[in-house]
Amino acid sequence: MTAIFEMGIADIRSGIADGDFTAKEVAETFIARVSAAKPLNAFLVETPDHALASAEAADKAKANGEALGKMAGVPIGMKDLFCTEGVPTTAASLILEGFTPQYESTVSSNLFKAGAGMLGKLNMDQFAMGSSNETSAFGNVISPWRRNDGGNADLAPGGSSGGSAAVVSGRIAPAATGTDTGGSIRQPAAFTGITGFKPTYGRCSRWGTIAFASSLDQAGPMAHDVRDCAIMLESMAGFDAKDSTSLDLPVPDWEAALNSNLAGKKIGIPKEYRVDNMPAEIDALWQKGIEMLKDAGATIVDVSLPHTKYALPAYYIIAPAEASSNLSRYDGVRYGLRDLPDGAGLQDMYAATREAGFGPEVKRRIMIGTYVLSAGYYDAYYTQAQKVRTLISQDFDKAWNSCDLLLTPTAPSAAFGLGEKSDDPLAMYLNDVFTVPSSLAGLPAMSVPAGLDGKGLPLGLQIIGKALDEQSVFNAGLAIEERAGFVAKPEQWW
Amino acid sequence: MTESTYRIQGGTGEWEVVIGLEVHAQITSESKLFSGASTEFGAEPNTQVSLVDAAMPGMLPTLNAECVRQAVRTGLAIDAQINKYSRFDRKNYFYADLPQGYQISQLYHPIVGEGVIQISLDEKDPDAHGKVIGVERIHIEQDAGKLMHDQHPTMSYVDLNRCGVALMEIVSKPDMTSPKEAAAYVRKLRSILRYVGSCDGNMEQGSMRADVNVSVRKPGGELGTRTETKNVNSMRFIQAVIEYEAQRQVDVIEDGGTVVQETRLFDPDKGETRSMRSKEDAHDYRYFPDPDLLPLELEDDFIFDCKASLPELPDEKRARYKNVLGLSAYNAAVLTAEHETALWFEELLETTDEPEKIASSAANWVTSELFGALNRMGLSIENSPVSPAQAAELLGLVADGTISGKIAKQVFEIMLETGDGAKKIVEEQGLKQESDTGAIEKVIADVMAANEDKVAQYRDGKDKLFGFFVGQTMKAMQGKANPQVVNELLKKTLG
Repeated sequence: MTAIFEMGIADIRSGIADGDFTAKEVAETFIARVSAAKPLNAFLVETPDHALASAEAADKAKANGEALGKMAGVPIGMKDLFCTEGVPTTAASLILEGFTPQYESTVSSNLFKAGAGMLGKLNMDQFAMGSSNETSAFGNVISPWRRNDGGNADLAPGGSSGGSAAVVSGRIAPAATGTDTGGSIRQPAAFTGITGFKPTYGRCSRWGTIAFASSLDQAGPMAHDVRDCAIMLESMAGFDAKDSTSLDLPVPDWEAALNSNLAGKKIGIPKEYRVDNMPAEIDALWQKGIEMLKDAGATIVDVSLPHTKYALPAYYIIAPAEASSNLSRYDGVRYGLRDLPDGAGLQDMYAATREAGFGPEVKRRIMIGTYVLSAGYYDAYYTQAQKVRTLISQDFDKAWNSCDLLLTPTAPSAAFGLGEKSDDPLAMYLNDVFTVPSSLAGLPAMSVPAGLDGKGLPLGLQIIGKALDEQSVFNAGLAIEERAGFVAKPEQWW
Repeated sequence: MTESTYRIQGGTGEWEVVIGLEVHAQITSESKLFSGASTEFGAEPNTQVSLVDAAMPGMLPTLNAECVRQAVRTGLAIDAQINKYSRFDRKNYFYADLPQGYQISQLYHPIVGEGVIQISLDEKDPDAHGKVIGVERIHIEQDAGKLMHDQHPTMSYVDLNRCGVALMEIVSKPDMTSPKEAAAYVRKLRSILRYVGSCDGNMEQGSMRADVNVSVRKPGGELGTRTETKNVNSMRFIQAVIEYEAQRQVDVIEDGGTVVQETRLFDPDKGETRSMRSKEDAHDYRYFPDPDLLPLELEDDFIFDCKASLPELPDEKRARYKNVLGLSAYNAAVLTAEHETALWFEELLETTDEPEKIASSAANWVTSELFGALNRMGLSIENSPVSPAQAAELLGLVADGTISGKIAKQVFEIMLETGDGAKKIVEEQGLKQESDTGAIEKVIADVMAANEDKVAQYRDGKDKLFGFFVGQTMKAMQGKANPQVVNELLKKTLG
């Protein structure tokens, strides 16, 4: 039998159901893995009691012959963007240090209702702003992966859901929640050789998830494989009256309908994603992906998404604009950090608190967002960016006339070394070049691991689907997964 | 306005004043605009605050449909365009009473467009002195919390109970030209809001307050630069602000200066406005569409239902009182100004099958006797100690001649004191009017016998003495004689 810690959601589920092991054993296994993984700096808070209590509940339910939830006995990692009742939640920012919510986010609550336990709160880029985890106020996560060049350089796990990616790829948790605003699930999934899924905007409630950019933020699963992502997303998603942008639609049984036979499906290959200076390895992987989908019965068509090159600039206007407003509530008045210099007035308190509480990248985006919304600049930046956003959505709508799905690389490179890009925000922003357009259009998209680069690091392929058609995305992902035979795992060095 | 045009007399001649008002009216609703917290006035600080109101991390607004309904009904009540597509925008600024760091408002696409409000400066004859004031728009927005500076020697405290309460901002066109017009506009707007039930109009509790925009110009000239005086919370203060600002602006201009476009505050103690911030210091609110909320799209059926739910509004009611019930213009205006008064009056009329017959006398009685009594007692009509049915009983006794109008006043006083019914009082205290000619003739004979000299003087042409005989007769009958009968009999007997 595979060791428990190597298992994902589906394996744990059947193991508990078949009586191979108890949920408590599962929880204890992963709690020990979490304790041993401190060098990765992936957890901001550990919550072994929560994982154990859920496991005991699952074991008891099984003993009583009750039906088990979809996630019963599965201990997961929780990105620290989700507010968790009674458990400190900081979004990896000093400004929320000491903040303990008295409420449970809808997504975490849904997962707990489905039987999941929580191993702890996962480190991330501060307020989900970053692609390397280096913007965390509590030190970056270190990727479990290392290059095969013997250099042992510490690598970025990607971001912003870097803690989630690290623990799933390091087999420290069988699955973890992520959030994706412009690629924050997909890019770290690609960097760490796991599967990450961003659903259609509105599938998962945003209630209780700390906001970065409201019109883009979506929660999603990060797990070993496509099936695990389907199971977990079913447990996370669902209409929530407390979120006005939540979709009032039933949650499909994606797992039951998984089918890697793509006969009749047309896969579009957008020519604009063939960017300058793209590493040959990435291009080769993309070609391999095309062959795999053909092999699964799909037809390949060339498509054009002409406004793709404007997506990144538009995203880096819209997301900071919303963030600059969303982050105004962190003012030192009601919770979190308060820096009140002697004799200071209200304005001084705001300035001192926000100066001390926010990291440089968060400040940068607040400044950009404030600027683009300012009188005299609003039309030139924000209004223009919204127009671009509409054009990008229209690009996808037109593409759907000739295809059902799109296949692209997830990120323009494999994982980079920590510190390699942290001095150059623009180089960092380029990480999102392939993931941002589908975020702007609110479309479901996933990253599946499809191969390794020359240095032995994982590379991911991205599948983008029509709004609400998560099923086709899952199915195409499954087709790649079955054919790529990706089994590489990081060597345990920690 | 035809007469008494308001002008400021300056050294260089007359100046005209141009006034626009932005009235903030708290929407009557159980819960706040975007949260489930209660809106009840007067609770202990911070006891009506939801996680959303306190802007806890990850909290999201959800729109209260009742507030939308009330705004639409208000729009329909002023014949305004209802925008089927509207949207919420964030107005960003930092202040301790604003936990989100932004107010959710509607800048770009308000829910209600242009409408009109008919005002009058002369309540004796409103139609002859009416004026139409344009309403530019109505939008919905959140109220802020309240800072308390008197709780601690060095710190300010924040009460978030009011934070997130729904407001309508009703923006007039700059159509008013005198303090009186502005007051009449606010009075009429308040009346309409109370009829509709969308705002209680309680200015003391802050349910209604106005930002007053004032500029001056030479009559008919180009519009001048305006100032905006914020948060003026009484009819009297609104007028005071306009008077002060208009004079101040004229003085500035005539002294060779220029009026600065700025936000000002009113100091009620000094009766002055003072600069709060100038245009250069004005906040850049960085308005943008709130991404947490979907655009608000209204169905025709919803708007139709809102329309159907409106009561008869003050202008229609006033016209009906005049034209159908035959009331004087004055009575019709006074009785319809407040919805509660009209409802009370109509309840009184409902006690009869032929309301037109008693309407005028009832209207006179309500506007003189009842209002007088309520005024004296400091009560509003909802708290009147005499019910419409009781009033109808009293008026019925006058109408059928059981008691005189004079006795009715006496009975009414007793009703106010005891709460007893008019019939009971009349019977118990023997106040029934004497109309029996025999009994009255007998008293008249006695009075004449006792005053033979005066009878002679009267018959010699001293007509004025007629009143003396009336008085003596009434006195002898303890005021219970039917005065009409007394008059007739005296005339006949005295010759």
